[in-house]
Order: sequence, then structure tokens, then C-alpha cells
Amino acid sequence: MQTVWFCLIAIMIAMYVVLDGFDLGAGAIHLWVAKGEGERQQVIRSIGPVWDGNEVWLLAAGGTLYFAFPALYASGFSGFYLPLMIVLWLLILRGIAVEFRGQLTSAVWLKFWDVVFSGASLLLAVFFGAALGNVVRGVPLNDQGYFFEALWTNFRLGPNTGILDWYTTIVGMAALVTLTLHGALWVALKTEGHVHDRSFGLARGTWWIVLVVTIVLTAITFKVQPGVPANLTAHPWGYIFPALALSGLAGMAWFMRKHDDLKSFLASCTYIVGMLTSVVFGLYPLVLPASTNPTYSLTVDNAKAGDYGLRIGLAWWIIGMILVAFYTIHVYRSFAGKVKIGESEKEY
Amino acid sequence: MLDALTVHRLHFAYTVTFHYLFPQLTMGLALLIVILKTLALRTGDEHYNEAARFWAHIFGINFAMGVVTGIPMEFQFGTNWAQFSRAAGGVIGQTLGMEGVFSFFLESSFLGLFLFGEKRLGPRGHWWAAFMVFLGSWLSGYLIVATDAWMQSPVAYRLGPHGEIMLTSFWGLLFNPWALWQYAHNMSGAVITGAFVMAAVGAFYLLTKQFQAHAKTFVRVGVIAGLVATLLQLVPTGDAQGRMLAAHQPVTLAAMEGMFETQRGAPIALIGQPDVQNQRLDNPLEVPRALSFLTYRRWMSEVKGLDAFPQQDWPDNIPLLYYSYHIMVGLGTIFIAIMVLAAWMLRRGTLYDSRGTLWALMLSLPFPYIANTAGWMTAEFGRQPWLIYGLMRTQAGISPQVSSGNVWFTLIGFMGMYTVLSILFLFLVYRAIEKGPGEAVTSG
Repeated sequence: MQTVWFCLIAIMIAMYVVLDGFDLGAGAIHLWVAKGEGERQQVIRSIGPVWDGNEVWLLAAGGTLYFAFPALYASGFSGFYLPLMIVLWLLILRGIAVEFRGQLTSAVWLKFWDVVFSGASLLLAVFFGAALGNVVRGVPLNDQGYFFEALWTNFRLGPNTGILDWYTTIVGMAALVTLTLHGALWVALKTEGHVHDRSFGLARGTWWIVLVVTIVLTAITFKVQPGVPANLTAHPWGYIFPALALSGLAGMAWFMRKHDDLKSFLASCTYIVGMLTSVVFGLYPLVLPASTNPTYSLTVDNAKAGDYGLRIGLAWWIIGMILVAFYTIHVYRSFAGKVKIGESEKEY
Repeated sequence: MLDALTVHRLHFAYTVTFHYLFPQLTMGLALLIVILKTLALRTGDEHYNEAARFWAHIFGINFAMGVVTGIPMEFQFGTNWAQFSRAAGGVIGQTLGMEGVFSFFLESSFLGLFLFGEKRLGPRGHWWAAFMVFLGSWLSGYLIVATDAWMQSPVAYRLGPHGEIMLTSFWGLLFNPWALWQYAHNMSGAVITGAFVMAAVGAFYLLTKQFQAHAKTFVRVGVIAGLVATLLQLVPTGDAQGRMLAAHQPVTLAAMEGMFETQRGAPIALIGQPDVQNQRLDNPLEVPRALSFLTYRRWMSEVKGLDAFPQQDWPDNIPLLYYSYHIMVGLGTIFIAIMVLAAWMLRRGTLYDSRGTLWALMLSLPFPYIANTAGWMTAEFGRQPWLIYGLMRTQAGISPQVSSGNVWFTLIGFMGMYTVLSILFLFLVYRAIEKGPGEAVTSG
């Protein structure tokens, strides 16, 4: 049962990264691909009605994690105290920027919120990447299952790790370029004219960086967390996940050559899902590895909630997800097609 | 120098108090907007749609504030209250998880359609979108109240070998009797906020002779909804809460009432200052035997005072608990008086010209916020010194690895950020009110 929940939460996190990832990416490139108010509005409107729903995946995943693996939730959230609070502040700023930007038409007001929106999106992408890096690398858990780790140390190679250190910073940067590519493909898909062309051009350039980053990241991750390659070797069927990532990467290159916006974007989704599932598969059954003593690691077995709760949770979770699928399809259909230049914000 | 526990508590108290300023209006207004949309559908009168559109604009701004200040709440269970989360996550994670899966997706999906999709959806579709937003926000309210209710009156659990608390009955958790009454009381409180805000804006327009047709609708809908909600707030919901307290948290009831000694035929103190050092109520103004009657329906029944309980189980801030409770009840009584008067004048057709009553309606706008906040303070101070009543002390719930210096840092950060948010919110809502209903309003 705990393995089922491990998979379900992994799916929810993957949904979050794929969905909120494109609007974070759109935010990160906002200042560069859109010039002037008309174009800026195109970018904002391309994510306007959906970003909030995308972010709900983070909350839903958090809530699900809370009831399925309370010990992980408690340990992870309190250990990452400061970085999580910074993430919260960035989420607040970003949400307010999207929602309040359109309230006034003053140039100063618009410029301010554009910069806040873009800056917060950019930093969030890096922080989420760094968070993933921390989970993969492991944290200094004590025998009670709690830890404290400095926000940064000296960034040198070696045992002196921090929440931001050489490895997690690289993962953060990798997340930024991945989501930049993802967001650029989304904006290209949803817009036309100059914004489309600039985003598409940016996506084609970024693809090469993502390729390099994928290779580097795989190499150093195998070094930092030997459990990942070990798991893959022990259970070769797991190679399906890295293969999924590679097919996404190749698919992006192929469909971008053919100028197929939709399929390029879907390939990017595939790439992200492939990368995340590879990592998650590599970590199982660990949910938070300990860098101090392997026996302190949190696993699906020692972090799970009571069996009755997990069983009953599955019932409402499935019902809830069926409903969510309906809403999501409904919203994206109402919002299908490209955002036109100068289209009224009141209708879509 | 405050200890870590106090700073953790301040952190949660500050962020949750600020947060709840917004959902109470969201939930109250959601219902009133559904009423306006229903009136529009039934009468076919475009006037009601204009009124709904005006409130939808304010609703949108308010909703955004509620969302961004709400996200930190879910995280804080883990960041600041790790030991509590680890022990109780298997139970309250259920309701919090359900809130994410059932309410947040519902709200976020339909809010966009409701705010921007009126033309595309048509009248019926738009009514439906408004209704779904209402449903999502009220469901969210229930799941949060159920979470708090379990902390007030834990049910449907058993203790595991390592002190972890495990759920034994899903329906028991969901239909905790405490949750049902607390929810009813809380929601009529939210409707009071919505109704007073709507009536106050209408009164403001009438007093300044602007948008008079809409203003009358706002005052009428606000006063009728306000009358119903203020009465429900007292009976049965407030009354039932009081009797639940007497049954499950008698020490809390004694502290709320400032009653240090056990008495037969206990009076109720309307005013007075609790002196905890000397264990007495200073300068009391009392109604004889009223507390006995209200609690047990008999004038001479015995009500336990604080002296009946060990001091270590007393709520740790009796004065603040006492004042929160008295402010809530006092304001609630004044609300009933205002709404009964206004409704009576509405019926006689004199309300729209009665400047005195309109002034009273307009100036009462901030007070439902104060009453709702005081009500929650009563609930939460009353639960002390327990985090989970009778099961876990508040001291035992904090994150062991998070120092008070770190918590100060983020508390100050939240204070700064929320100050900026408050200014933005007031500015944008003021602009919306200044612009008024009727014309095309740009939604954000």
C-alpha cells in the first residue's frame, strides 16, 4: 500500500512540475520574449486562467504527502525550513503579480509586476531544482528522523554539504533551463506573431543546453547518489524511465524541426516526466536518504501512516482525481487555441 | 526573550489571522453572489448581473489574497509543527489532503470561468460557475474546520506503538459532532462578514447619492442575509457550541467566562477584567444565574469554575481568551440589533432614506472581521495548553530543529510582506468601490 502511495505522490509531483513548470518557464522568459504591453499581455494571458489550477497540484501533492507519509512531511518541511519559507514568499509574490498586474494600466505598475513575476518565476525554478537535488543527495538526518542543514556552505566538492551547494546548485540550474525550454514551447504553442517566433527561437537554442545538462546531471547524480544506478542495475525494467526521458529529448528536436508546436511541447512534457520518474525509481524505497547513517534514512515503510488511513485515502483520492480530470479538461478546452494580440482580457 | 514555543505560536497565529481575513469574505460573498445570479436568472433583470459583476471583481481580488496567504498555512504544519505533524499527520492529513484534492481544484478551475467567462458561458453556465466556486469555498471551509475540530475534540483514532496517532474511522473524522456545529457557527460568521460588507458598500453609495439602484439591491440583499445569519449565529449555532464546551472542555468555558469559583446558579459576566493572580473578576457586571441556565437549561445547576481543575490544565492566557470571547459575543449582539432594526425599516420602506441607520450599516463594516477573528481566538486560546485536546501539549508539537531565531526571521518576513499586501488590497478594493457597479469593470 505504501508503494502505491509512493507512486501516486510521484505522479502528483510530476503533474505539478509539468503543469506549473510551463507557467514558471513562461514567467522566466517573460521579459525576454515579449516586448511592449501588447506582447506582455499575450504571455500573461497564455497562463492567466490556468496557473492557479496548476499550482494547486503542489498543494494537493503536499496534502497527500502529509497524510500518506507524515514522518517525511514533518522531517522534510522542518529541515528545509528557511528555503521553504523563501519558496512561499516567492509563490506569494508571483501569484500577486499575475493577479494584480491587470488591475491598473499605468506603465510603472505594469513594469513593476512584470519584473516581480519574472524574477520570482526564475528563482522558483532554481529552488525547486535545488530541492530535488537535496532529496536525491540526502540530508543529515539524526536518529529521531529530523535534520538541520545550513542554507549554503562553501560550494566546494566534499562532505560539507548545504541546502545550496555545488551539486544542488547544478540541479537548480538544470531545472531552470529545462523549465525555460518547457515554458518557451508553451508560449510558442499559445501565441502568435513576434512572441511566438521569439519563444520558438529561444526553445531551439535552449534545447542544446538541456542536452548538455542532461548528460552532466546524469553523470554527477550517479556519483552523488550511487543508489540510483544500483537500483537501475538491480531492476533493469526501470530503464524504461530514462528511455522515456531520452525519447522526449529526441522528440523535441524532431518536432521543433518540423515546427510542430503542440508535439514539441508534449515531447517536453515526456522529457520532464521521464527525468523525474527515473530519479524517483532510483531512490525507491527511500523517500529521504540520510547522509549521516544509512539506517536513519526515511523509507516508504518507516514514514508511512496507518494502513487503514492509507486504504480509505485511496478511495477518495481516486474519486477526487476523476473529478479533477473533468475540471482540467473543461478548463483547457474553454481556453483552447492561441491568444490573439489585443484580444480582450474579459473573454477567452 | 521569548522561547521557541511562543515564537512558533506567534508565527502561526499571525499568518492564520491575516489569512482568515480573506476567506471569510470569500465564503460569505460567494453565497451572496449566487443569490444575485439566481435573482438575475429568475427575473431576467440585467441589473442583478451588473451587481454580481461588481462583486465578482472584488471577490477576485479578495480570492487572490486568500490563495496566496493560504499556501503558507499548509506548509507551516510541517515547517513549524513537525512533531505534531509526524504524530497526527495520518489523521488530519486526510482532511487537509481532501481539501487540496476536492476543493482547491474545484475552486481554481471554476474561478477563471466565473471571472472571465460570462459571455462565453451564457446566463445558465455562468450561474453554474458561480455555484461551483461557492461549493468549492464552502467545502474547503468544512475540511479546515473538521481539521481544527479534531484538534479540539479528537475522535476516530487509536495510538500506535511509537505514539503515532492512527485513523480508525474515516466517517467518524469527517462527521465529528464538534465539526458540524463549529462549521455551522463559522459559516454563519462568514455570511455575516459578506452581508455587512455588501450592505456597507450599498449604504455608502446611498449616503453619497451614487449608483442608487444598485445600492438599494446591495443594502436589501445584505440586510436580509445579515438578519438571518446574525440570528443563526446566536441560536442554534453559538448556543450549541457553548454547550459542547461545557461537555468537552469545561475548563475552557470557565476561563472564557472568567469564573474562578465553582457555583450553583452561576451568573454570566457581561463586563469585567479577569485577575488571574488573585483569581477573581474585577469590576464585574453580571446577569444572575444566566450561565447555569444557558449551559444546563436549569437556573440553579452547578457550573464548574477554574478552581475545579488543576492549574496546569488551565488555558495559558486567560485574559486574552476572556476578552476574545466577550468581544465576539458583544459584537454579535450588536450585529443582531443593527440587522433587526435595518430589516424592520426595510420592511416599512424607510431604510433607504434613513441616514442614521445607513451610517450605522456603513460604519459597522470592520466589526464582523473583528468578531470572526475574536471567535477563532476564543477557539484556539481555549484549546491551550493542548495542541490536540487531552492528547498532546502544545509544547510537544514544535519542530525540534528549528531555532527561535529562524522563526523570528520568517515571522518578520511575513509581517513585511503582509503589510505590502494589505496596502495593495485596500487600494485595489477602494478603486473598485470608487468606480462602482454598472459599467464595464476590468477584471484581473
